[in-house]
Amino acid sequence: MSAPPPAEGALGLAVPARRARRRRAGWLGLGVSTSYLTVIVLLPVAAVVWKSTGGGGGEFWAAVSNPQAVATLKLTLIASVVVVLINAVFGTLLAWVLVRDRFRGKSVVNALIDLPFALPTIVAGLTLLAIYGPRSPLGANVAYTRIAIGLALLFVTMPFVVRAVQPVLHELDRDMEEAAATLGAGPLTTFRRIVLPTLAPAILSGAALAFGKAVGEFGSVVLITGNIPFQTEVASVHIFGLIETDEPTRAAAMSVVLLAVSLAALLAIDLLERRGRRHER
Amino acid sequence: MSASAPPTRPRPGLRARLALRSLALVYLGMLLLLPLGMVFYRTFESGLGAVWDAMSDPAFTHAFKLTVIVVAIAVPVNTIFGIVCALALVRRGSTRGNGLLNAAIGLPLALSPVIVGLALVLVYGKDGWLGGWLLDHGVRIVFALPGMVLATIVVSLPFVMREVVPVLREIGTDQEQAASTLGASGWQTFRRITLPAIRWGVAYGVVLTTARALGEYGAVAVVSGKIAGRTETLTLHVEERFVSFEPVAAYTAALVLAVLAVLTLLAMNVFKPRTRKEAADGDRSAPGDEAVR
Repeated sequence: MSAPPPAEGALGLAVPARRARRRRAGWLGLGVSTSYLTVIVLLPVAAVVWKSTGGGGGEFWAAVSNPQAVATLKLTLIASVVVVLINAVFGTLLAWVLVRDRFRGKSVVNALIDLPFALPTIVAGLTLLAIYGPRSPLGANVAYTRIAIGLALLFVTMPFVVRAVQPVLHELDRDMEEAAATLGAGPLTTFRRIVLPTLAPAILSGAALAFGKAVGEFGSVVLITGNIPFQTEVASVHIFGLIETDEPTRAAAMSVVLLAVSLAALLAIDLLERRGRRHER
Repeated sequence: MSASAPPTRPRPGLRARLALRSLALVYLGMLLLLPLGMVFYRTFESGLGAVWDAMSDPAFTHAFKLTVIVVAIAVPVNTIFGIVCALALVRRGSTRGNGLLNAAIGLPLALSPVIVGLALVLVYGKDGWLGGWLLDHGVRIVFALPGMVLATIVVSLPFVMREVVPVLREIGTDQEQAASTLGASGWQTFRRITLPAIRWGVAYGVVLTTARALGEYGAVAVVSGKIAGRTETLTLHVEERFVSFEPVAAYTAALVLAVLAVLTLLAMNVFKPRTRKEAADGDRSAPGDEAVR
């Protein structure tokens, strides 16, 4: 890309040509990016879908409907929903405290919220095991139980709701709350009727992200849950086991189901958000 | 409920605020701080000698080196790709095709890491769509370094792009157009105008990418085959040592990773886009936080 003489540009003659060239560079960038993504993302994901149908519909059904597979899927879904609900409550609480409260060390606490994003998941699992495991100094041993799954998922999904709610809460005009308080509404009523409806879309989108993460989580649960089939084996661990025992078709079938679940959740939230936005107008 | 409570009844407001604050802090302490502190304790409870032994174990040093190599390849690749991708999305004068690109780049974050690993094995493994052909030509991807790098690249794909796109939108094209009118070539404009303008966005994206690349476990576990001393990164080493009943070695490796994570956390707070940081610190309003997923 050699530049034409500047005189031309100064006269404004070459500008459209340059703009066209830049756009061409943009299209080239798009082509290159898309091809690259096809090779490293789209093709592999397509391979999973293709592989899942490899043994025909019967085998797909057998892979996802056998008792162990159903148990892992059920456990994964229930654990994720419970964790997301806890997250929604405590995430909103944390965001509230970080935005509305004032205390020393608040910026440190705020920085700490990102820790689960920065800490490797396997380390997260090990840290939880160190304090809530067999040698727990608190006497709270939950290792190899379903509570452990909840703890691990809670740890890795903690930041999503906080980070989604924080900016919205910050922008929230306090006039309405003050008006409500002046008119005699108690703090709870004010929160329920004024603040919560405004925060709801942010809580929902944070919860959706947390759900997507929880459904597929692997690293943090693998050490602390013991992976006992029918008891503490979650879907991603089940898939990992199927890969290790060289059953890629069944692993792919389970993957497709798991993928469908998280995509459905994202889609549902998207619809809810859109409906909410339409109501606002 | 908070400072907004009318002055006629300050006491219940104050009490409620203190209660909420304590509840939030206790929750964070139980979930984040106590476990992290416990790892420090568990690592050093058998003395410094044991920690030193664990760190001078060849398996540990190899895993550490491998993690550094994987990160050193994956992060620059994702940085360059992220910038190219962001430019292609924002500076093309058209939005056609952007939906597909956005969906494709965000897809890995919606997938379980295990599924990412499986997907790569199904394409690049020995029975995969391309793997057989590649093996015949002497290129081994799965159960070797290229596969681990590939898996790391895929799971940390969108961070740089997602940080750079909003910055590019915000700075607009005026300066770039001026430079190009004055005769700068496309590359010159990028290097002298665009890159300096987006550098903080890039830096934050790089930090997020590094954090994810350092800590990836599931996808790498699937594609590496977890061969001790050969395809074992630091995260895999943590698990391998733990299940082979060497807790001190596991905790030591975990501690090294935790220290790296805390350093990343500090870097995150230095490079975090100002608008978002101000929102968090309570100084000014800010747009929605979409980046850290």
